[in-house]
Amino acid sequence: MILNGKCPSGPLAQKWDKHCQKLKLVSPANKRRYTIIVVGTGLAGASAAATLGELGYNVEAFCYQDSARRGHSIAAQGGINAAKNYPNDGDGIFRLFHDTIKGGDFRAREANVYRLATLSNNIIDQCVAQGVPFARDYAGYLENRSFGGAQVSRTFYARGQTGQQLLIGAYSALSRQIKAGTVRLHPRSEMLDLVVVWGKAKGITVRDMVTGEIQSYSADAVCLCTGGYSNVFCLSTNAMGANVTAAYRAYKKGAFFANPCYTQIHPTCIPVSGDYQSKLTLMSESLRNDGRVWVTRKKGDKRPPHEIPEEERDYYLERKYPSFGNLAPRDIASRSAKEVCDEGRGIGVSGYGVYLDFADAVKRLGENVIQQKYGNLFEMYERITGENAYKQPMRIYPAPHYTMGGLWVDYNLEGNIRGLFVLGEANFSDHGANRLGASALMQGLADGYFIIPYTIADYLAQIQPGEVTQDHPEFKKSREEIRVLIKRFLTINGKKTVNEFHRELGRIMWENVGMARSEESLKKALQLIPALRAEFWENVKVSGSISDLNQELEKAGRVADFLEFGELMARDALHRNESCGGHFRVEYQMPDGEAKRDDENLCYVAAWEFKGIDNEPDMHKEPLTFENIALSIRSYK
Amino acid sequence: MNLTLLVWRQKGPGEIGNLDQYEARNVNPEMSFLEMLDVVNEDLVISGKEPIAFDHDCREGICGTCSQVINGIPHGPEEKTALCQLHMRHFKDGDTIYIEPWRARAFPVIKDLIVDRSSLDRIIQAGGYISTHTGGIPDANAILISKHDADTAMDAAECIGCGACVAACPNSSAMLFTAAKVAHLAMLPQGQVEAKMRVCLTTEAMIKEGFGNCTNHYECQAACPKGIKVSFIAKLNREFIKAFRSGRADAEPTSDVSAQE
Repeated sequence: MILNGKCPSGPLAQKWDKHCQKLKLVSPANKRRYTIIVVGTGLAGASAAATLGELGYNVEAFCYQDSARRGHSIAAQGGINAAKNYPNDGDGIFRLFHDTIKGGDFRAREANVYRLATLSNNIIDQCVAQGVPFARDYAGYLENRSFGGAQVSRTFYARGQTGQQLLIGAYSALSRQIKAGTVRLHPRSEMLDLVVVWGKAKGITVRDMVTGEIQSYSADAVCLCTGGYSNVFCLSTNAMGANVTAAYRAYKKGAFFANPCYTQIHPTCIPVSGDYQSKLTLMSESLRNDGRVWVTRKKGDKRPPHEIPEEERDYYLERKYPSFGNLAPRDIASRSAKEVCDEGRGIGVSGYGVYLDFADAVKRLGENVIQQKYGNLFEMYERITGENAYKQPMRIYPAPHYTMGGLWVDYNLEGNIRGLFVLGEANFSDHGANRLGASALMQGLADGYFIIPYTIADYLAQIQPGEVTQDHPEFKKSREEIRVLIKRFLTINGKKTVNEFHRELGRIMWENVGMARSEESLKKALQLIPALRAEFWENVKVSGSISDLNQELEKAGRVADFLEFGELMARDALHRNESCGGHFRVEYQMPDGEAKRDDENLCYVAAWEFKGIDNEPDMHKEPLTFENIALSIRSYK
Repeated sequence: MNLTLLVWRQKGPGEIGNLDQYEARNVNPEMSFLEMLDVVNEDLVISGKEPIAFDHDCREGICGTCSQVINGIPHGPEEKTALCQLHMRHFKDGDTIYIEPWRARAFPVIKDLIVDRSSLDRIIQAGGYISTHTGGIPDANAILISKHDADTAMDAAECIGCGACVAACPNSSAMLFTAAKVAHLAMLPQGQVEAKMRVCLTTEAMIKEGFGNCTNHYECQAACPKGIKVSFIAKLNREFIKAFRSGRADAEPTSDVSAQE
């Protein structure tokens, strides 16, 4: 099947405005008759729930955390992009659009990205009005800094906690609606199933994580804002609870999963220190504004960094990409780090690390200035490693961070199942094969504040409110299926913990479906994953009981889904016989090692349809056309 | 290193709990405190026992989920460090470590080390926001804010809502938490319109939830993983007096709700 993204026709800059004028509306008096479920309360979820509630819809919001202020958007450090052009350095909507399409290696929809670039400016206004304390200069104006993949300064920031401040803004707006009674919040609730009736999303089944009760909620539309799936690698920069379950179970109910192989490995994370490691910590990309990345020229040079003279250092990003230097996009910076480490020039005990050195910046600007800009990041680094980065270079290494793939949606953010809307990182729509820094916050908030309120109305106006209630047999069936699944986990009583399986899956994914993939490694993953999954269902040990707070049981459900989802990722990566953005196939590279796309044959979105656990999924294509930017080889030299 | 852990175990809300002893063996100093607990838990699962339930999520000190009292100190001994960022290099071989949940009337224990902190959310819901609508707002640079004010607002806004301030306070007061929100918004021009109403509504909610009063122990500041200062409590008090002096008429919660209809 050829998928239609339903992008409006007409000139690029007018598409969204014209589209909005054509979308149907729900009158103010009728809005309260419609119920909308929003799953997840990160930036996309909180902003969507707050905005829809304010418009007058009945909103049921769910999150697995104990509060709506804790979604993992909170951990975004560096900033949020907008085309404000406040610094007068040549930025504009078209340039932000251009940079995002190019950064995504020409694998995103033009219309979506242009809309995102347009709305970026509204987001900054909205957040300032909410009281987000962005950085300001002495005259009281907003400050900007630059980020990877851009030659302008368009990133707004609040120290190193931009995500936190934006999320608190959205959480405030949400709190206001909770008080007003338009939004009902269900914390410590995990979505375990999507209920589809007559081909339309009509509700969800959740587990109350405190009592263990399985409950269903019916609604007129469902918005999934459930984030990404980096934890398929076990070790990632995501929160421990971040998972693919909501999106994957929707996939099993018929929603298409698009481009699962597009994963972003962030170049600047603190290297792994041991087997017990539970997560990896990101150091903001903004550090690359002033830090210089280097390794030794000689292999296996284990001297401490200050003993290595300048001429024996290789500032490989500056050498290879003189015009972008240390601010080359994430996929390129990560792969370059892997290359030098694979050559045996990595630093640290494991040899899997590179230096991020601030000595020059400290000399140029003074320790004070560096401290003002990055103080909290340096503190965090010291807390974790016990090292002082003002005195010695940071040790960094790439780690899984963000997933560009996600549930397939059209221009209205609606999936192939009618009434199922997918927002933020959980959808696939705006970042192509690689996301630029400071763009995730932008997308989450654009989707939640400014897109969904328009597009969801168009769908709701076409259906009767409350046409399906929880009495429908599909809801009972869904609850029964979930109860059976949960019982199954607890009765296996094997010998290995859920964590052990997760770590093993993570190793398989990192080694075979990680930063550099090959036909051979992917075929190997397609052997190893089903074998591990089979072992899981025979030998996993999940303690505790069903009707209680049971964290092992929560993890078991998530890891069970990762064990299926990992296979889908490998399959998608194997079919994509090209390299683009975060998807790098060693067979497809330029003579200088850059990614080699195949625009002739692979310039499309691959959306997968579930056909049973042991069957191969079907693939549907959505062709990508570029009318405003010429497809070109991405160059950052 | 090898450690002895004394951990609070409690089956559920209202049940009687007690400190159980566990041995943590071969602990690597590079481990984080929660990773040490992960290892203890994996052993418990394998030996057929119920693992220790504890709240955690981002493990990078920002989500505010982790909530344990280590040897009597919320988040443990390191200054300005959330528990998930505490590393075992700060302990030594043979140490005995007491691990307990946040203790406060307004934070009932759910299970083991997990407590219910929804009372903090209800303080924010009472009025800890600027009532902005989505859309229909001026350009971001139309409101100028002095660097000093923006920085001070940010100092307060760094609060991660973990509740360590409450756990550390002998009165279980949520004054620092409430003050951080009130001060953050009161520092900004956008927050002025509702400032009086906000301070009244949030402090009222604070008392209603069963949090105690502030008697200047400064334990909250010492425990805060973000280093939020008690000077914000002084700011809260000033804001409160300002609201009080001008009369409570504009502080009635009904005015806010009716404005929305």
